Amino acid sequence: MLDKNGIARRIAKEVKNGYYVNLGIGIPTLVANFVRDDIDVEFQSENGILGMGPFPFEGEEDADLINAGKQTITALPGASFFDSATSFAMIRGRHVDLTILGAMEVAENGDIANWKIPGKMVKGMGGAMDLVASAENIIVAMMHTNRAGESKLLKRCSLPLTGVGCVTKIVTNLAVLEVTSNGFLLKERAPGVTVEEIRNATEGVLVVEGEVPEMED
Amino acid sequence: MIRKTVDNVQEALEGVKDGMTFMLGGFGLCGIPENAISELVRLVIKDITCISNNAGVDDFGLGLLLQKHQIKKMIASYVGENKEFERQMLTGEMEVELTPQGTLAQKCQAAQGGFPAFYTPAGYGTEVAEGKETREFNGKMYVLEEAFKADFSFVKAWKGDEAGNLIFKGTARNFNPCMCGSAKITVAEVEELVPAGELDPNEIHIPGIFVQRIFQGKDYEKRIEQKTVRKHN
Repeated sequence: MLDKNGIARRIAKEVKNGYYVNLGIGIPTLVANFVRDDIDVEFQSENGILGMGPFPFEGEEDADLINAGKQTITALPGASFFDSATSFAMIRGRHVDLTILGAMEVAENGDIANWKIPGKMVKGMGGAMDLVASAENIIVAMMHTNRAGESKLLKRCSLPLTGVGCVTKIVTNLAVLEVTSNGFLLKERAPGVTVEEIRNATEGVLVVEGEVPEMED
Repeated sequence: MIRKTVDNVQEALEGVKDGMTFMLGGFGLCGIPENAISELVRLVIKDITCISNNAGVDDFGLGLLLQKHQIKKMIASYVGENKEFERQMLTGEMEVELTPQGTLAQKCQAAQGGFPAFYTPAGYGTEVAEGKETREFNGKMYVLEEAFKADFSFVKAWKGDEAGNLIFKGTARNFNPCMCGSAKITVAEVEELVPAGELDPNEIHIPGIFVQRIFQGKDYEKRIEQKTVRKHN
């Protein structure tokens, strides 16, 4: 089974040379730590920076330089700043190659819910609806089950949707899965996790084709 | 040169009234018009409709207007950092219209550029699209969203000149340029106000035509919401 860093490390392998990537808050943010040095990539933060760098050193933080999670950051050589409309032109216009974000629920048809629990949590969707409606390549990073042990990979989402039919790939603490017209196609198992364990943790249709390999380190 | 300078925040906010709709720049607490917000608190302007990406934190930014119950309706994309906001929303004291962030930016941009409405894929198939016209283009579904209509835009820039030209800094740019010229009157507050001719025209982000009033802001706190740092090696 993977921890949060393990999920981020596996997703980092999906980041290809020359990609512009938008990282959501939470596990997706960790992905930046695991991208190999020989891969040229620029991270976009939707509040208005391309070429986002690591956190600043103590004492060098700048109130005018933050990421979408409102954390202080730095700008790498080649970085640029822009306004919010331009930022979402990059996203809506499909100039950003890959979007990695968290989710509360994903359905076997690719629907995603991650912004609202009616009556409990209403924080807003931020840029998530624009991102999922526009990106061609969306990877969801999340735990396979919620705190109550219930599956987050469902037949149909029960929470208010963020977007419809948009998720292409999911990396959880148990598995790597692709969304297909037949359901969740199991591509890889996390180290030490059996197909049966993944099946038990998946409410939606799980498609298993032949021998499913364990993730390579 | 057409002069846009006013002497202070009081003059800059002349004409604001109860029940008006205001756009306020900023993302989180980054690039917010601190002086204009303080003045709205001091004037006790009530029943405000606020268009802003976030709602501040409990004791800073738009949170200061929330404390005094001055906001009737909030249009924002993310409001997660504010307990008083959540309370007023759940009790129904304040109306809230959550809008996808890119749609929010474009509704400002559309108002600036004279577009009454536009189609966006964001929110299609979700409750955001309920009651709105949808249409297919090239096999993909889109939602019709209308431009904002506002009485005042309050924006914050790094540098500005007497002609109202603006330059922003870092990610404090965010929604500020999109809100310039998007309301009947745009009020810009700047950290550094310089005479016309001192800013290089090549470097201007927002031309003064989109700004009606500009003033030298003061006492900026520029609070950091989440200070994150790394250690030397």
